[in-house]
Amino acid sequence: MQEVAPQFAIRVHDLVVGFGRKVVIDHLSLDVRRGEILGLVGASGGGKSVLMRTIIGLIPRRSGEIEVMGSMIGGANDRTTQAAAGRWGILFQQGALFSSLTVRQNIQFPLRENLVLSQALMDEIATAKLEMVGLTPEDGDKFPAELSGGMTKRVALARALALDPAIVFLDEPTSGLDPIAAGDFDALIKTLQKTLGLTVFMVTHDLASLNTVCDRVAALADGKIVAIGPMRELLQSEHPWVRAYFHGKRSQMLQPKAS
Amino acid sequence: MATAPELTATPSGDVLELRPAGSWTAANVTKLEAMSEGVAPQLDRSNAIKLDLAGLRELDTLGAWLLEKMSRRASSAGRPVELVGVGDNYTGLIEEVRQVNRRNPVPPPALNPAVAKLRDIGRSAVSAMEDVNVFLQMLGSLFMALVGVLRRPRSLRLTSLVYQLYRVGWQAIPIVVLITFLIGAIIAQQGFFHFRKFGAESYVVDMVGILVLRELGVLIVAIMVAGRSGSAYTAELGSMKMREEIDALSTMGLDPVEVLILPRIVALVLALPILSFIGAMAALYGGGLVAQFYGGMGPPIYIARLHEAVSVTHFEVGILKAPFMALVIGIVACSEGLRVKGSAESLGKQTTTSVVKSIFLVIVLDGLFAIFFASIGM
Repeated sequence: MQEVAPQFAIRVHDLVVGFGRKVVIDHLSLDVRRGEILGLVGASGGGKSVLMRTIIGLIPRRSGEIEVMGSMIGGANDRTTQAAAGRWGILFQQGALFSSLTVRQNIQFPLRENLVLSQALMDEIATAKLEMVGLTPEDGDKFPAELSGGMTKRVALARALALDPAIVFLDEPTSGLDPIAAGDFDALIKTLQKTLGLTVFMVTHDLASLNTVCDRVAALADGKIVAIGPMRELLQSEHPWVRAYFHGKRSQMLQPKAS
Repeated sequence: MATAPELTATPSGDVLELRPAGSWTAANVTKLEAMSEGVAPQLDRSNAIKLDLAGLRELDTLGAWLLEKMSRRASSAGRPVELVGVGDNYTGLIEEVRQVNRRNPVPPPALNPAVAKLRDIGRSAVSAMEDVNVFLQMLGSLFMALVGVLRRPRSLRLTSLVYQLYRVGWQAIPIVVLITFLIGAIIAQQGFFHFRKFGAESYVVDMVGILVLRELGVLIVAIMVAGRSGSAYTAELGSMKMREEIDALSTMGLDPVEVLILPRIVALVLALPILSFIGAMAALYGGGLVAQFYGGMGPPIYIARLHEAVSVTHFEVGILKAPFMALVIGIVACSEGLRVKGSAESLGKQTTTSVVKSIFLVIVLDGLFAIFFASIGM
């Protein structure tokens, strides 16, 4: 089924993004392979989220090309971008759930807008997604304001996965989850990636996630990708920032697991 | 790469063989749902089911769930289901889907319509009581904050007060002048038009003067301030509540009433009498212009008639009401703002409630004042 499909899910070529005088992304190129889980690391405020938001068309770029699943991406209101939007799901950092809809309605929203199906099936799918992200059917009747931080993340993931997209963008998915929940979450991502040939673009600081689920890790520093490859290779990278990131005090605690 | 989904059902003896093929994905959901509904009768008739997935080209959660639903339908009726030809890449997904939707949420028991109606009436009665309660609480805490400020004048937020005065007072002047000017002109025009029939044109000035100074000036201005500044107060405090700014203030040992609400309400109480005065003057000016150009009554006569018709009492009655109306508007606006819950919808709802409620209360208060002033002979 993937004979004709492009080898790369996302291709970013020579991208420049800036605000005012500040250049955040500086001639960056990055390829994400089909079906892989790519982790993106970088300093806080270093442009990780900016890169993600530029790929999905929320932030205008100065120059460069972005190709998602073989089609060029324009701005967020562009028609090709919206066509591509059916093929990606996005988990925003704060969840970005619609506050006036219940959890169940939030998950059903993409289904209702894009497909024609019965309400009964829609309810079943919503419940299925809820349980897949580790929540109970009763949580479906709650409003986003009644959820804890971790639950909000899970509901947002369920909504991002509602249409079983080819690519999911996760912006710090495990932040705010306890280690057990974060582990379950990683396992779920792995399962979905295996079963659906899902491509995952994950911005994260969770070293355990990077270690266990990511096929490749890309390090963003000074607006460029300074290192990319499997975790093993990154640990041996000579780049000073990458060394500091993976061999800092906090990371030392995880080293035995990493090697 | 996406192909049309298919589902073939071949009965062989007692066993019904189901062969799904093609893309069982969300994009084809309409067709898939119809197909799986279609085989349901056959499913119920046969004694055993064999599900052969070898022909599947694509499968996602939705497709897997539809397959699971079919096999669950059979197995719940006690018929064995055999699953064959599962591709390696689908095993995980099918296992995952097998776990879900096992427990149906219990729907809340349906209420008798009469009971439901009674319950709604009861709830609205309770919420009306709660409204009174919230109003009194806000009045009380405002009074306490005021006492605190009087004891320690340095704790008054002067900057905030001046800023709020600028916003609700100074910036409101143009629109207040415009609206009251037009109202005054319209009343005068209507007066001349109808009084002319009785030859009572000179009494138009009495009508305009008394109406504007006693009732309309202050009422129109209060309604405009409720819509303009009251709604802003509710929205501001509401979004602060949503973003936990008010909780942050409390944890720093500061009283949100003293810091946020007192300056706002005091500004309103100071601004509304001034705005009412400016409004009344604009209305009298509008009436005077109409008298000159439409009623043929020159300014000297208009002013002389006004002097005879209007006494300081009328002006006092009007201006005395203004601070009380401002207090009501401010308390309603601020307490509704603090009642905002987490959602954007709730912010909109409380803002609407704030404006509707404060306009209603302003009019009720005006009625009470009319009775009061009549009984003390003012």
